[in-house]
Amino acid sequence: MSGPAYELHELRKVFADGTVAVDEISLTVGAGEQIAVIGPSGAGKTTLFRLLNLTLRPTSGWLRIAGVDVGGLSDQALRGQRQRIGTIYQQQNLVGRLRVVHNVLAGNLGRWSPGRALASLWRPREAAAAWRALAQVGIPEKLYARTDELSGGQQQRVALARVLIQDPAIILADEPVSSVDPSLAITIVTLLRDVAHESRKTLLMNLHSVDLALRYFPRIVGVRDGRIHFDLSREQVTEELLRGLYAGHRDDELQLERPPGGLDPFGRACRPLPGFDK
Amino acid sequence: MRPGASETPTRPETQTVPPRPRGHDRRGWLVSAGFVALIVWSYRGTGVDPGQLVGPEGLRQIAIYVGGLFPPDLSWTALRDAGIGAVETFAISLVGSLLAVGIALPLALLTARTLLYRGVLFEARPLAPGPRALRIAIYAGAKALLNLLRTIPEILWALIFVFMVGLGPFPGVLALAFHTGGVLGKLFGEVIEDVDPRPLEALQATGAGRVRIMIYGILPQAAPQFVSYALYRWEVNIRAAAVLGFVGAGGLGQRIHVTISLFLEQQLLTLILAIYVMVTLVDALSAYLRRRLV
Amino acid sequence: MAEPVAHFPASTSKSAFPYLLGAGFLVVLAGSLCTAQVDPRRLLEGDALANAARFLRGAFPPDLSSEFLGHMMRPAIETIQISVVGTLFAVLIGLPLGLLATSSLAWSGVLHERRAAMGRWVLGFVPYAVARGLLSVFRSVPEYVWAFMFVRAVGLGAFPGVLAIGVAYGGILGKVYSEILEGVNPRPLETLHAGGASRLGVVLYGLIPQALPSLVSYTLYRWECAIRASAILGLVGAGGLGQQIELSMRFFKFDEVVTLLGMLFCLVGAVDFVSGRLRARLTR
Repeated sequence: MSGPAYELHELRKVFADGTVAVDEISLTVGAGEQIAVIGPSGAGKTTLFRLLNLTLRPTSGWLRIAGVDVGGLSDQALRGQRQRIGTIYQQQNLVGRLRVVHNVLAGNLGRWSPGRALASLWRPREAAAAWRALAQVGIPEKLYARTDELSGGQQQRVALARVLIQDPAIILADEPVSSVDPSLAITIVTLLRDVAHESRKTLLMNLHSVDLALRYFPRIVGVRDGRIHFDLSREQVTEELLRGLYAGHRDDELQLERPPGGLDPFGRACRPLPGFDK
Repeated sequence: MRPGASETPTRPETQTVPPRPRGHDRRGWLVSAGFVALIVWSYRGTGVDPGQLVGPEGLRQIAIYVGGLFPPDLSWTALRDAGIGAVETFAISLVGSLLAVGIALPLALLTARTLLYRGVLFEARPLAPGPRALRIAIYAGAKALLNLLRTIPEILWALIFVFMVGLGPFPGVLALAFHTGGVLGKLFGEVIEDVDPRPLEALQATGAGRVRIMIYGILPQAAPQFVSYALYRWEVNIRAAAVLGFVGAGGLGQRIHVTISLFLEQQLLTLILAIYVMVTLVDALSAYLRRRLV
Repeated sequence: MAEPVAHFPASTSKSAFPYLLGAGFLVVLAGSLCTAQVDPRRLLEGDALANAARFLRGAFPPDLSSEFLGHMMRPAIETIQISVVGTLFAVLIGLPLGLLATSSLAWSGVLHERRAAMGRWVLGFVPYAVARGLLSVFRSVPEYVWAFMFVRAVGLGAFPGVLAIGVAYGGILGKVYSEILEGVNPRPLETLHAGGASRLGVVLYGLIPQALPSLVSYTLYRWECAIRASAILGLVGAGGLGQQIELSMRFFKFDEVVTLLGMLFCLVGAVDFVSGRLRARLTR
C-alpha cells in the first residue's frame, strides 16, 4: 500500500431529506494506525463509516484510499477496493438461516468466481480455514450450527471470523460491542486490536464506551454533529474535552464515568434513573 | 447451556475440522427428490413438447397466430361492443360481489363458534345441553353449506345457472354470488372468531346483552377486515366475471367466445385489451378503497 | 380555571368525500343492476325450477360404476400432471422476471448508491420496467383466455393448459417473488456488498437464503390453485377432468358430472393437504 490508508478532504454527506449527516470532515489515517471514534448518538459516526467503506457516495469532498481517489472509479474497481476493507457492524449483519460456515466463508466473496461461490453453498470449500478463524474467536464447535441458533455475542464473533477470512487491509468496526456483554466486549476489542497489529492492518473503531476507547486506542477522534470535535492522542484527551463532546446528550454522559476495576458499567439498568439519585 | 459458558473463548479440543453433519438434511433431500420425480412423471405424462413451441414450425405457427391478432380492431362497432362487454363484466363482478357479502354475512354469523356456543360470551351464562347441541348442529350445517358453495368453482355454478335461467349476465351474477359467498363466509367466520376477546369481556361486565356485545364489540373490530377481504375478492371476481362469459354468462367472456369461434382474431385482441384495462382499473380502485376505508 | 364547556364541539369533519363516494356508489350500483339484468323473479319462474329439478333428478345417484371410474382415471391423472408442469413453467417464467422486477436489485437501494447516474438508469431501470410490464400483462389476462388462445395456437389437449397456467401464474409468481425479495432484511445485503461481493454473491449469500422459504411456500400455494385451474381449463378444451365435465354436461349426463366433481374435490383435497404440510414445515 502506498500512502496513507485514508485521506478525507472536506467530506460532506447530505441525505435526500436534507439532513446533513457529515459536515466537511477532513482526516488522514496512516497505514497500520488504530483509531477510536467516539461521540454522542446521531453525531454522524455511522454515516462516516459507511462513507469510508464505500457504501455511500459523498455529496461533496473527496476520499482517497492508499492514494487512490475513489470518486472516479468504475464499478469493478470499487468492488476491488471494498474487498480490501472489512466492516463489522453492531448487529444483524448475518443471514440467520445459513449455517455459520457459509456466513464466515462469505468473506471470500470478493475473490471467488461466481461458480465457486455457488459450489461452496453446496459443499463448503475451505471449511478448514473457516474453522481456524472460528477457533481464533473462540467458537470452533459452532462451525455447522445454524447462525440464528447462536447468541448475540456468538454471532458477533462469527462476523469477526468473516472479517478474518476476508483478510482486508483496513478494518472498520461500527459499534461492534454495543450489544454485547461487558467481558466479551473487552475480548472482541482486544482481539481486533491484536489482529490488526499483527498483520499491520489499519483499524478504525466506532465506540460508545469512552472507557474502552481511551484504554485501547492510541488516537481518539471525537465527532459531534457531523464534524470533528477533536483529533488527539489518548494522553491529550481531557475530561473537559469529553464533556464538551457529549454536552446536551444526557444518556451518553452516563458512559463517561470510569468505574473502579476497569470494567465497563454493567449497562444503564443498574444506574439510578435521572432524578432518583438523591 | 450454562450462562456464560460459551461467552469466554475456549481452546479447541481437537486439531481437526469437524465433519459436515448429514442426518438433518436427509428428510429435506427426500422431499425434494420426491418432487423431482413428480415433475418428471408429470412432464412425460402430459406429452408437453416445448420443442413444438420453440421449434421452427411451432414458432412459425405462433408468429402467424400473433400476427393475425394485430392490429386490434378499433372500428367503432368493435369498440362499442368491447365497451358494452366491459361494462357488463364490471356490473357482473360488482353485483356478484355485493350479493356474495349478503350471503356470506348471515352464514358467517352462524359459523362463528364464539357467537354460538363457546368463548367469552358464554362463560358466565353457559348454555344448557339441549340448546347447545342444537347450536352445534346449526354450526355444522352452516359450515357444510359454505363448503359446498365454495368448492364448486364459479364456472360450474355458471353452467348450472345458465341451465336454469338461460343465457345472459344474470347467471354470471348468481354464480359469483354463490361461490364467493362461500369463500367470504368462511373468511368472515374466521375473522369473527379471531376477534380480540378483551373488549367483549369489558362490555359483558357492564351488563350488555349478547346482541349489543356483537354490535359494539365484534363489529368494530371485524368490519375493516370484512371490507378488506370483500375488496380483495372483487379483484378476483372481475377476472372470473370475464371468464364466466365463456359458458354464456354475458360480459366480455361471452364475446371472446364468439370471436374465437368465428375466427375474428383482431376483435379478439380488442376484447383482450378491454379485459386488461378493466382488470387494472378494478385492481387500482380496490387498492385505493382499501387504503381509504380500512 | 377555565369555564366548563357549555356545548359539545361541532363535528369537525367538513369533508364531502364520504357523501360523494356514497352517492357515486349508489349510482354505479343501480346501473350495474340494470346492466347485469338482475331479476330474482327469473329464479322462481316455472322453467328455472323445472330445470333445477331435472338437474337434481339426473344428478343423483351419481355414476359410480367401475367402468366409468376406470375411464376417468386417465383424465384425473392428467389434471394432476397439468397442474405440476403448469406450475413448473410458471416458476420458469416468473423467477427470472421476478428477479428483474425487484427494485432493490435493479436500481434502488444501497447496492446502487455509488453507480454513475446515467448508468444506473439505463442498465437497471429499463429491464425492470419491461419485466414489470410483462408480468402485469401476464397476470391480468385470465388464464382461460390464455388457454383459449393457446388451444388455437397449438391444438387441444394438455399442452395449451400447461402453457396457459404457466403464463398466467408466471405473472402472479413473478410479482409475488419480487415483493418477497424486496421485503428481505437489507442489512446482511449491505454487509456482503461492503465486503466486495458482486451482485451475484449478494444474491446467493444474502438474498436467496432469506427469501427462499417464503418463495417456496408461495409456489406451493400456487400449486394448490393450479390444480383447481387445470381442472377447469379443461372446460375450454385443455384436457383433464374439466374436458370430461364439459362432455358430460353437453350430453346432460348429470350423474357423471357429480362423480367427476367428487373426483375433483378429492384431487384438490389431496394437493391442499400435501402442500399445507410442506408449507407448515418450511416456516418452522
